[in-house]
Amino acid sequence: MTGDHQTLALLLFSAFVAVTLGITTWVSRHRHGSAEEFYAGGRLFSPMENGFALAGDYMSAASFLGISGLIALVGYDGMLYSVGFLVAWLVVLFLVAELVRNCGRFTLADVVAARMRERPVRVATGTSSVTVSVLYLVAQMVGAGSLVALLLGGTGEAARAWTVIGVGALMVIYVSLGGMRATTWIQIVKAVLLLGGTVALTVLVLLRFHGDFNRLLLTAAERSGHGEAFLAPGLAYGGDWTARLDFISLGLALVLGTAGLPHILSRFYTVPTARAARRSVVWAIGLIGGFYLMTIVLGFGAAALVGPDAVRASNTSGNTAVPLLALDLGGGAGSTGGTVLFAIVVAVAFATILAVVAGVTLASSASVAHDLYASLRRRRGEPRSEVAVARLAAVGIGVVAIALGLLARDLNVAFLVGLAFAVAASANLPVLLYSLFWRGFTTRGAVWAVYGGLVPAVVLVLLSPVVSGGPEALFPGVDFQLFPLQNPGLVSVPLGFLAGWIGTATSAEVPDEARHAETEVRSLTGAGAV
Amino acid sequence: MRYDDPWYDALASGWGESADAGAPAAVPTPRGEDRAPADVYLEVQRSEAFREVRSRYRRFVVPAAVLFFAWYVAYVVTATTAPEWMARPVAGAVNAGMLAGLAQFLTTFLLTWAYARHARLRRDRAALELRWDTQELARERGGAA
Repeated sequence: MTGDHQTLALLLFSAFVAVTLGITTWVSRHRHGSAEEFYAGGRLFSPMENGFALAGDYMSAASFLGISGLIALVGYDGMLYSVGFLVAWLVVLFLVAELVRNCGRFTLADVVAARMRERPVRVATGTSSVTVSVLYLVAQMVGAGSLVALLLGGTGEAARAWTVIGVGALMVIYVSLGGMRATTWIQIVKAVLLLGGTVALTVLVLLRFHGDFNRLLLTAAERSGHGEAFLAPGLAYGGDWTARLDFISLGLALVLGTAGLPHILSRFYTVPTARAARRSVVWAIGLIGGFYLMTIVLGFGAAALVGPDAVRASNTSGNTAVPLLALDLGGGAGSTGGTVLFAIVVAVAFATILAVVAGVTLASSASVAHDLYASLRRRRGEPRSEVAVARLAAVGIGVVAIALGLLARDLNVAFLVGLAFAVAASANLPVLLYSLFWRGFTTRGAVWAVYGGLVPAVVLVLLSPVVSGGPEALFPGVDFQLFPLQNPGLVSVPLGFLAGWIGTATSAEVPDEARHAETEVRSLTGAGAV
Repeated sequence: MRYDDPWYDALASGWGESADAGAPAAVPTPRGEDRAPADVYLEVQRSEAFREVRSRYRRFVVPAAVLFFAWYVAYVVTATTAPEWMARPVAGAVNAGMLAGLAQFLTTFLLTWAYARHARLRRDRAALELRWDTQELARERGGAA
């Protein structure tokens, strides 16, 4: 890429960093340092603001760059991701959002621990939440690295490492200084920027085809070299039964994982009531649905205008399809329009990564301080000290994510996000649904449900073809691959539910009627909600 | 002092909402510590009014969740096991699979709208009354204020 691209993209990105740092300082100007303020932003955001923030938290670079890129390369099969990512929100809306808002205070563990013996349950859900968050963070760090590689033409290994470190350092500053309030505003700004950029590109693609979607599809199919097959399922996940099962596994993880993501769950505590939580999810579904519909247009547009060969030449997994499309839509390489559009898209993608990283770091620091630290230390201290621990935890998690992000930089971003979803669906969702809806659920059931999903999900990934046994694996030299699928969801999600059931059935503990009544009444009416 | 009515959504900024101007932003204090006596919740749980709210919620959510999950799984399984069916042309370049994908978007939007409407009309008011009653009951028992 030319120097113009780099300068302009860097300028725009610096502007975003300056604005968000400004927000952070402005917001932390009158912060109280209370846990309420740090984890939940004072609980006074409006449904619309929180809806934009939810959308901002959810639309990561993997969606913006990854899905469009996959559609540009494999056509219809990439579109299946868009569908799964959106339908997942119905689980959140129907079963989780309002009830979690009514029952909990800051984290997933609050909801579960209300009915159970607190310590083991908090340690279990805290551990699984941190695991999910770290996996999600690593994916975003790797995405940032790939973007820099594109911007600098793949020359600077050092530049790539420094970008990952820089992104990590920035997010630690945002989170530890601004807490939930600053993070929420960053998400809102980012969601508006991302949606604006996506709308502009979509309109330009449709204008190029004079609004004729049919011709867009036909051109994409023709240019792909696959003809009609490009518009039908099977290009990526056709083939043998392993590939097909792998896709079903991924589909299951996507649709069930969203409701177990810690950074999504913690967003419901930033609004005052369950009704506001519901309305913010309705906002989020509208925004996210519109966004994923547009990624389909962008994906087929990239296939039609840039061509799968050019996309693949730039990045084998298609992550750079959208920036290349922007370059073409603006008038091609070397033109002013192309340079500007390209720089804008790269800067928006950077902003996206930065914001998602901040949101996930905050959620995981809450899990460390509010769940793990609060249960593992001896006595209860001042609430203020918990916030201090959360700030330290944000720094610690930042360091871990930076280190892992540098190690895993050659891994596929979409795979890591899929894995985070699989772990969330296996470890967090069963325990959450059981404690909200099952009268007879016990402490042992809760602990087994978490570890019974978490351990298989992580172990199956270690034994999968992603880690060893092939030329594209993380460790190509060794072969301890025993599990054929890349995504463990198909096995580990049912195991999580099963383990929770077995744990409950075998425990001698009598379920506490009164505490179940409390959870049920509180979850549906909001009585006693904070 | 504190405005306990959940219908009153106190806002951080009032952006995009027609919040009552001049109303001071109510800052809720943590109430997790002052637990109501356990028998209050048991009593409310067994009451007719609560059962009505619960069954209204479940009567909508259970069938709707089963429906969308079955429809999504059917879509994913059909796409992977019967791609030739998905490839059948419908109109121009648009085939059955493309329509099925867009239908998933459409049903998601429709179910979201239906759920929000159902909750607003059939559940919110009754739940709010129960919330008041429960907190009132807890206060009487001297558990918490």
